[in-house]
Amino acid sequence: MSDISTTKATADAMISMTGVAKWYGAFQALNDINISVRKGEKIVLCGPSGSGKSTLIRCINHLEAYQQGEIRVGGILLGHQAKSIDAVRREVGMVFQQFNLFPHLTVLQNCMLAPMRALGLGKAEAEGRARQLLERVKIAEQAEKYPAQLSGGQQQRVAIARALCMRPQVMLFDEPTSALDPEMVKEVLDTMIDLAREGMTMICVTHEMGFARQVADRVIFMASGAIVEEAPPAEFFSDPKHERTRKFLGEILGRH
Amino acid sequence: MGQDEFFFLLMGLKWTVALSAIGFVCGCVAGLGIALARTSGVPLVERITAGYIALFQGTPLLMQLFVVYYGLALVGIKVDAWAAVSVGLTLHASAYLGEIWRGAIEAVPRGQTEASKALALGYVSRMKDVVLPQALRISLPATIGFLVQLIKGTSLASIVGFTELTRAGNIISNQIFQPLTVFGIVGILYFVMCCPLTIYGAHLERKFAASVR
Repeated sequence: MSDISTTKATADAMISMTGVAKWYGAFQALNDINISVRKGEKIVLCGPSGSGKSTLIRCINHLEAYQQGEIRVGGILLGHQAKSIDAVRREVGMVFQQFNLFPHLTVLQNCMLAPMRALGLGKAEAEGRARQLLERVKIAEQAEKYPAQLSGGQQQRVAIARALCMRPQVMLFDEPTSALDPEMVKEVLDTMIDLAREGMTMICVTHEMGFARQVADRVIFMASGAIVEEAPPAEFFSDPKHERTRKFLGEILGRH
Repeated sequence: MGQDEFFFLLMGLKWTVALSAIGFVCGCVAGLGIALARTSGVPLVERITAGYIALFQGTPLLMQLFVVYYGLALVGIKVDAWAAVSVGLTLHASAYLGEIWRGAIEAVPRGQTEASKALALGYVSRMKDVVLPQALRISLPATIGFLVQLIKGTSLASIVGFTELTRAGNIISNQIFQPLTVFGIVGILYFVMCCPLTIYGAHLERKFAASVR
């Protein structure tokens, strides 16, 4: 494990993936992935279903193990030992499609659990932090409710606050609006836009192309487990280079 | 049947309750270990505990009590009936509860484990704070159902000479030659213990079904 021999570009990077590959049995889910994300950069990851975009971001916090290549987050090499995995997970927040709030805990308890157990914060400090972040996602008045008593959009905003309570350096979003009713998509996207404006490093798997245009520094398009194309959003949408990108954009934006 | 005989039955009842409590409490502790080992993700550990569960589910409780009672004596460990039956019931309960809770742990949605991993929670916190509270809730009706089986199962302890409710009934019946009266009362005493539990289990099941809707 050479810690110094990385290039300048990857040394500055908040997240770097070099030659990452993953297989499910004989099926190759990720193929030679190389990504470097600077601090404060916002990446939108898109592609057809089964293209490996969720698998990719789930490798960054080791919810999925990768078999080849190297992943670094905030300078920490993500190995397969519990120690490096935990170190990376403390720096990386994740928001899921299905929210995955803890149903037996109140909104406030959901937000306090990990800071107390994983960071060793005291109860008062964890509660102060939780209330502050619930305020920030504009849901402070629901703190004593249980997740099932909230709408989908509210639950997802709580999930964002819960992840932020760990004060992560990076936030990963895995299709955060796909399970929401259409009228609730906006409140979640607005929360994400606020977060982006505050300078959070973000990788978002999403089909919300309006969000990509507005927020992303780069859009990365994946197909069949590989990165096909990456470009700033203006260029990505107006002048896609690759045939598969054009086909995908045609389908998702409804133009041919 | 006089007051003395009835009092003797109540003494037997006391031991039935004590045996059930010991078997259940110790079985819960050991069963939790079995359930965690069974879901540990370590193939060898999972296979060993699967074998343990299969062994106790695939053989009669009476045979298990015989093996512990006579088996321990055979290898030179002299235990009284009380200890042997407690050990036997504990082993039996640990296998059943382990299997019930394995199912409950696996019924907690995967996303819960993933979210806790993403929040950097370690195994202990993941289980204690997130998975087990939800699994316990899911398993409560089946757990109570098993407790009812266990209470009735303690009657087999009478066969290795332990004077619990059934054997107390047997003794009285042999003295006063009124088997129908005696075992009728014994049956009522079992029923009074088990039926409220069954009703409570069904109540929890309905409550749980309503809350997941």
